[in-house]
Amino acid sequence: MRCDFSDSLLQGYFDGELSGPRAAEFERHLRRCVQCATGLVDLDLLRDSLQLAQLYEPATASLRRKIKINVSLHAIAPTTAASRPRLWHWLAAAAVLLFVVIVLGRVGQMFNSDDYQAELAGEIVDAHLRSLQLGPMTGIASNAEGDVKGWLDGRAGFAVPVRDFTNKGFALKGGRVDVIEGRAVAVLVYERNGRPINVFIWRTREQDSPPRTGSRQSFQWVDWRRGKMEFCAVSDADPIDLEQLHQLMNSSG
Amino acid sequence: MSELGLEDRERFEQLVLPHVDAAFNLARWLLRGRTDSEDVAQEALLRACRFFGGFHGGDVRAWLLQIVRNTCYTWLEKNRPLELSMEFDEELHLQTCATPETLAIAGDDRKRLTLALERLPPRFREVLVLRELEGCSYKEIAAITSIPIGTVMSSLSRARRQLYSALTNSSQGACP
Repeated sequence: MRCDFSDSLLQGYFDGELSGPRAAEFERHLRRCVQCATGLVDLDLLRDSLQLAQLYEPATASLRRKIKINVSLHAIAPTTAASRPRLWHWLAAAAVLLFVVIVLGRVGQMFNSDDYQAELAGEIVDAHLRSLQLGPMTGIASNAEGDVKGWLDGRAGFAVPVRDFTNKGFALKGGRVDVIEGRAVAVLVYERNGRPINVFIWRTREQDSPPRTGSRQSFQWVDWRRGKMEFCAVSDADPIDLEQLHQLMNSSG
Repeated sequence: MSELGLEDRERFEQLVLPHVDAAFNLARWLLRGRTDSEDVAQEALLRACRFFGGFHGGDVRAWLLQIVRNTCYTWLEKNRPLELSMEFDEELHLQTCATPETLAIAGDDRKRLTLALERLPPRFREVLVLRELEGCSYKEIAAITSIPIGTVMSSLSRARRQLYSALTNSSQGACP
């Protein structure tokens, strides 16, 4: 025995999607049709089961953060070489990357706990993203080594090795300073084939070390220590480019 | 491809980011796994970012979920093409002989429900997830999936029937 009303109407009624007159018509039908009445009970049970099982899976805090960073990077990364280099936008992106790399890389070593690491990184990145919205960042846009160095040294509190490698394909674009974990960090911005590379430099007591590489969120980083300074170059460029820049910087006085 | 300015970015963050849960949940159920879904959800959000200039108001959740869905299907076509051609064998699954009580018992079992939902063909799974988990209206589901409302209704009906029978079968084994 098959009910004349289509199953779709039953669904529509159950989901509250029928118009007033159609719903009323269906209700009249419902009083006479055991099949539809039973169907309605089944639908209700199914919905209850789905609700009780709590199948909804929200995004994790870490995914949320990744997306936020991605959006921020997308919003501020330039696409074409033709557009005027929006240096401070790059630098803003650089700062976000710095937080991610430094915090995940170094702080993580201290605490050795993924959750804690992710939480802390997230908090700092969030705080930084908020600060980005407050206004333009300060820094210096120049390809003159002396100008950039003069600007950076006083603010970073140490002698920052600033070199332009335009003739090797790494054009110096400028610099800025940031404060990470309570200390000043110098940031040098280079451009390689239209892509920004950011080199973060801070003082360390550690011995010189060979480069360590890694990637996070499709960004590559190379980190090394030399002359009581630690360098961390970050970019979405080819990892080989970062290695080349590392060698150029290490070989320069 | 256009870039977002700072103002657009703020607008994007205010309008779109509150729906990241919905984006992930849909991806998770379409791809049936958390890791791939995180990647695809991220990619979908980036696409949304890129296309945000083309969003001129309206239902932002539906707009985002449409992008998520398309991104998921593209991913499935590339990585698990067989899954998309999966059809539900109604003959096999509709031999139900359960009582409402057995379904209620099955409903306590989150694992069993997850499995049953994941075994539905993607086209049925998505309407069910959008309706039951996301609470979307038929109109929203039609917009997200680009299928007519009539088809949404019949898909939903078949999806529910299949899920119901899959659950009742699995909860009590052979029919007496």
